[in-house]
Order: sequence, then structure tokens, then C-alpha cells
Amino acid sequence: MEINEQLIQAITKAVVEQLKAGETQSAPVETAPAAAKLAGKTRMRPKRSYVGAVKAAQGTNPKEIVIGVGAAFQTEITKTIGGIPLDEVLRNVKAGIEEEGMVSRVVKVMDTSDVGFMALQSAKLSGSGIGIGIQSKGTTVIHQKDLYPLSNLELFPQAPLMNLDTYRKIGRNAAKYVKGEKVTPIECTNDPMVRAKFQVKAALMHIVETEQLEPELGMIEWEGGR
Amino acid sequence: MTAESYNIVCSDKNNNMKRSKRIETLDRRAVNMDGFIDEWPEMGFVAMHSPYDPKPSVKVENGVITELDGKSREKFDFIDQFIADYAIRIDRAEKSMAIPSLEIARKIVDIHVTRKEILEIVSGITPAKMAEVINYLNVVEMMMGMQKMRARKVPGNQAHITNLKDDPVQIAADAAEGALRGFSEEETTMGVARYAPFSSIALLIGSQAGRKGVLTQCSAEEATELELGIRGFTTYAETLSVYGTEKVFVDGDDTPYSKAFLNSAYASRGLKVRFTSGSGSEVLMGSSEKKSMLYLECRCLYCTKGAGSQGIQNGSVSCIGVTAGVPAGIREVIGENLVAALLGLECASSNDQSFSNSDMRRTARTMLQFMPGTDFIFSGYAAEPNYDNMFAGSNFDAEDFDDYNVMQRDMQVDGGLRPVTEEEVIRVRRYAAKAVQAVFKYLGLTEVTDEQVEAVVYAHGSKDTLNRDAAADIMSADDLMKRGITGVDVVKALSETGFEELAESILNMLKQRVIGDYMHTAAILDENFQVMSGVNTPNDYQGPGTGYRVDGKRWEEIKAIPHRINIDEF
Repeated sequence: MEINEQLIQAITKAVVEQLKAGETQSAPVETAPAAAKLAGKTRMRPKRSYVGAVKAAQGTNPKEIVIGVGAAFQTEITKTIGGIPLDEVLRNVKAGIEEEGMVSRVVKVMDTSDVGFMALQSAKLSGSGIGIGIQSKGTTVIHQKDLYPLSNLELFPQAPLMNLDTYRKIGRNAAKYVKGEKVTPIECTNDPMVRAKFQVKAALMHIVETEQLEPELGMIEWEGGR
Repeated sequence: MTAESYNIVCSDKNNNMKRSKRIETLDRRAVNMDGFIDEWPEMGFVAMHSPYDPKPSVKVENGVITELDGKSREKFDFIDQFIADYAIRIDRAEKSMAIPSLEIARKIVDIHVTRKEILEIVSGITPAKMAEVINYLNVVEMMMGMQKMRARKVPGNQAHITNLKDDPVQIAADAAEGALRGFSEEETTMGVARYAPFSSIALLIGSQAGRKGVLTQCSAEEATELELGIRGFTTYAETLSVYGTEKVFVDGDDTPYSKAFLNSAYASRGLKVRFTSGSGSEVLMGSSEKKSMLYLECRCLYCTKGAGSQGIQNGSVSCIGVTAGVPAGIREVIGENLVAALLGLECASSNDQSFSNSDMRRTARTMLQFMPGTDFIFSGYAAEPNYDNMFAGSNFDAEDFDDYNVMQRDMQVDGGLRPVTEEEVIRVRRYAAKAVQAVFKYLGLTEVTDEQVEAVVYAHGSKDTLNRDAAADIMSADDLMKRGITGVDVVKALSETGFEELAESILNMLKQRVIGDYMHTAAILDENFQVMSGVNTPNDYQGPGTGYRVDGKRWEEIKAIPHRINIDEF
């Protein structure tokens, strides 16, 4: 490359302009220039409209298990934190429920992104009193309508370790709770490094979910078979 | 959305560029598997200071705080109101707020200013002022502050005792070994929540089999945890969570007032309690109100103080992946530990959650609490291999025991642990496992076979043990609760099956709640069940030649690591 006077002048001009621009910004203390990319942003994704959505009805079928999915499920987020497509997640949970002779209904929880409450609300809505809450990042809880919110039948806190087989077993176990059978909880899995690898990502995914909430909608019918 | 699109701050690397082998090697280093993110105040990804943090201020009218950190009383949320009414000494507020933050920061480091004097000043400052004071301190100054402000003279340590199978026999054996190794408190939790009664009974028995006087608790859903405590299956509680924004409190179906009520429920039964908080939780739950993690954590700690709790478990705790992901995150962690100590609270200073793939980074993070010493350096050192740690992995685990002991010896620092012999380990593990076997049989719970006892005694983790019938265990645990079994029944079972000494120890632990001394700030028990707290053994550090020094018998113990060169065999 030929370095001539013109080029040097052009570069100098560009650098000076950049410096000047930096001065006029009322940058907060200790904020590096790179941070400017994020600082100032107030959302991750635009708010989706749920005009025309149908409020989820109270279930009456004693065989029914309600699956309550997160507000960004299959819309802003299409894969779990571990990369499993949410369509497949849902298909497997439903299949598990059907294999045990029970029926499922999918609703979208629009008033909370806390998986414990999502699951409890689904349980209360469900004809059988058993519900499953699934966040868009994949975290799942099986709940029963008369338990304390932060208690549960089974909790799967480490979403990155889940696979489709686990989701199918969740459906099956939920159905077994409905039937009042002696249920062996799905074996726990544990990756002690999961926080190091995934927690920042989990926080961002949760923001995407939470900013889609529309509390006045409560829970809406969600076929989920897009 | 794809997972990839989250890499919103990825570098603009040219894909066709010829790669440097040096950079490729560095890219493969464990530390580069960790999650990092730029500061983003709008979403709360900011550790020490957010441009949206309030400016410190206070106004007192007729003995009531009418303005707190730039907000007038009618605009208070319930956290502001709780803090204004219960967490700040109104008679001190205006005087303390008049002292420049820089001057307070300097007093914290100044060895000529006593802990007592600092506590007095700090009792009148607001959360925003506290955050401002902390911002003046670098990490070494924070450590100096912690060395002086820690409540108890002698530092302590706490273990996590859990396993992937929720096997009560392994819990008992690991608890016994952990107690032998020096932990003053042991905490369990479950993979399957309904195992809680088994886990807490096994922990209670195992801990006393290793060393008399070790305190135990079971982290569970709050109502369950309270019931386990009331029944005498646990001897302290820790999982009373508080948060820095109203929204996160409400999401958890809680307020500072309900936490204060729960705190007094424990107190009424004579149980030691500490609260739990930690930076990053509000970010993780998407409700940070654009404030810095430090400021929000200050609000948590003021709620804790206002609710009358003697102490806190904090230091980001389970959200450490978020705090550690932002610049100065680890500085913020020791900063929030120091805030707890400045408020006169017992501080169990986290280090209990894995956050880095890098051994170097995870060790460096722990040094900030290890070197000055805190009331509990870890609020959960995994006393089992991390694959068995049901708190999703601790920062140190059973495989790090010898490294930790060597670090104590290298630096002549008391990290709360001690070297042990293999013979002792096997002995206490067997004693604990046998006792659980006997108690389960006596109380008509699910069977513990001799084979299971043997496997657990020699096991490193649950990969070396036999499987249990989880469904039968859960039914049996439910039944135990329905039958109204209590800690006294456990004492009786031990006494009638030949474990007299253990029965006596557990009875002594139950007596503590009648005596009540162990509810004082930062209390632990020695092997004679005597309380050592911030009240009867307060930290009196005031520079070189004062405070706690590692010497005498304790230093000999720390020196005696197992793998020293034997001159006779040289």
C-alpha cells in the first residue's frame, strides 16, 4: 500500500473527529468506548402484539395437563439455551403425556416469567391439577395446584443439560402424577460448570422473555404447533 | 432467535484471516469459556456504579426520615420505606451523612480507627452513601476493611453436603468427614425437594459424628425449611432471600415485611438465622431498575439489618456468573461482603458457586475473602466432588481439600480447615453411616443395607455408591413428616440403638435453642458446645500485633499436611 500525504491527512482527520465525538458524549464514569454499543439500549427485542389472543379457560377434564410456556416461547425465542428447537421440546412433552393416556393443553403465560409461578398457575388452570411450566430457555417445573409456589413435584433447573428424552420423560411423569401412581423422579443431572458457561446468556434470554410480558392478559391459549 | 445472535458484542473478526497459533492457543484456554459482557446499565449489567444510581441524601423531620437518597417519602417503594423506618439510625443519620464518603472510606482502612467507631458512623448512612464509600476503595483496601470489620475474631468456614442421588447415607458420611476437616457449619439441599426430611436428619447425625457442635441446615422451600427447623432436624437457617428491587420481591410473593416476619418465626423457636442476598439476582430476573449491582445489594443488606437478622450470606452467591461477567465484578463481590460487615452483620461470604472454568481465576476470586478472613469464608465449600454438588457446583470442592490446606500453610492464614488422616476419615464416615442405618431402622424408614454403608464409607462420590429406591424413599420421608417425628425422636433412636454419645450431642444441639446464645451475631459452637460469636469473642483487629493471629496449636495443625518429605525415608 502506498502511504502518501493525502492518506495520512485523511487518517488524522478521522482520528480527530472520533476524539471530538468522544468528548461531547457525557460518558458515565469508567465506561469504556466498547460499552457504548450496549449502554443506552433499553430493550432486546420489539414488543409483540397479542391483540385477539384468547384468554385461557379453566380446565375441567380430569385427564388434562396444562403446559404453560414462556412469553417469548416460539416467537422471540425458538431454541432452548442448549440449542434444542422449542417446537421439538413441546412435541416431546405432549407425546410423553399422551403415552400415559392423558391429554395436554398448551397456554402461554403472559403475567410472569418465573418458572415456579408459571408451573403453579398452569397446574391451577389444568383439569387434573397438575401443570408443567417451561421457560423459553428450557427450564422446566412440574407443579401441583395445592403446593407452595416455590415447592414443586419436580424441578429441572439446569436447562443446558436437558435433551428431548428428558422432556418426554417430564410429560410421562406429569401424567403419572395425575394417575396417582408411585412416580420415580427423573434422575438429576448436574454440571458444576453450567453457571460459568451459561449464566450471562441465561440472563439475556430471561430479559427477552420478561420484556414480552403483558400482565393483564394472564394466560392465553397457545397451540404451539406453529 | 438463535443462540448465536446473543453474541451481540462479538468482535468483527475476518473469517478468512490466517490464524496466529499463539492466539489460537489462548482462545482454547479455560478462561475463554467463561461468559463476559460489557457494561449495560439499562439492563443492570454494571457492577460498582450506574449513571442511574441515586445521589446520597437524607432528611429527618419529627424523628421520621422524609427523604432518602433523593426520593421524598411519598415516592418511596416498600424497600425505601422499610430501610428508612428500620435500617438507619435516625438519631445518627444527619450527622453521619455530613461526613464526606471519602473520609469514611479512609477511616475504614485506617488502623487507628476502631471497628466500633466505624459501626457507629455507618449506622447513620443511607444505601447510596454506602455505595459511594465502597467505590472509593480498591480491592486491597476492601480486604483491609474486612480484616477489621469482620464480626467474629476467628474466621470460619461452611460446607455444602449434597449428592446427586440425595443418598442420606452419603450425606451423613460426607457431613462427618466435613466436620472432621474443620467446617463449623454444614448445609444440604436436594435434587428432589421431597427428600428434605431425610437429608436434614442425615446431616444432623453425620455432622455430630465428625465433630461435636457443628451447626446444620437444609436449604428448601421456605415453609418446608421452617418446619424442618421447628422439628429440630436443623440447627440454623440461611435461605431467607431478600432482593434489591420491589419487582423481584413481588415476583417471589414477598416483601421485606414478610421476611422480617419469617425471621421472627425462627427466632421464636430459638433458631440461628441468616438472610441471603447477592448481586446479579435482579439482573438475572430482568428487574434491575438500571441500578448498579452494588447499590441494589446495599438495599438488600439494609433490609436484612432492618428485619433484625444477625447475618447474611452474600457475595453474589448463585448469580456470580452475571456479576463476574462484567468489569470489576469480583471487586464488587468483596465490596458487598464488606458492606455486610460494615452494617455489623455476620457475613458468610459466598465462594459457594462455581463461576469460572479457569482454576486460576476461581482461586484468585476466593483470595479476597480467604486472606482477610470472614465469618464464613465459604458459605458452602463443596465437601463432595462437584458433580455431586446440588447447588450446581461450588467454587472449591472435595478435590481441592489438599490445595486449600497447602494455601493455609503457605500464607499462614486460617481458612477454617485442617489436614486429616485417611484412618480418621474412614472411621468417622463409618460411624456416621452406621448411625443413620440404625436410626432409619428404629424409626421404620426405608432400609439402609450393610452393602450401602460399606460403599459409602470408602466412596469419593455418588458414582461409587449403590442406587436407592427413590420413590420408596420419598414416600417414607412424607410418612415421617405425617407421623410428626422430631429431633427428639432422633435422639431417642440413637440412644436406644447404642449411639449414646451421638444422642447426647444432638440433644445438646437441641438445647442451644433454649439457651439462645448462638443467636448472637456470627455464632459458632466449639466441640464443647460453647458459643464463639461477635459478642463474646469480637474481632479486635487494629493493625499489626493485634487481632487474630495464626499461632500455637492451630498453626501446628495447619503445618501438618499429609505429603511432607519424611527424612527417615529420604
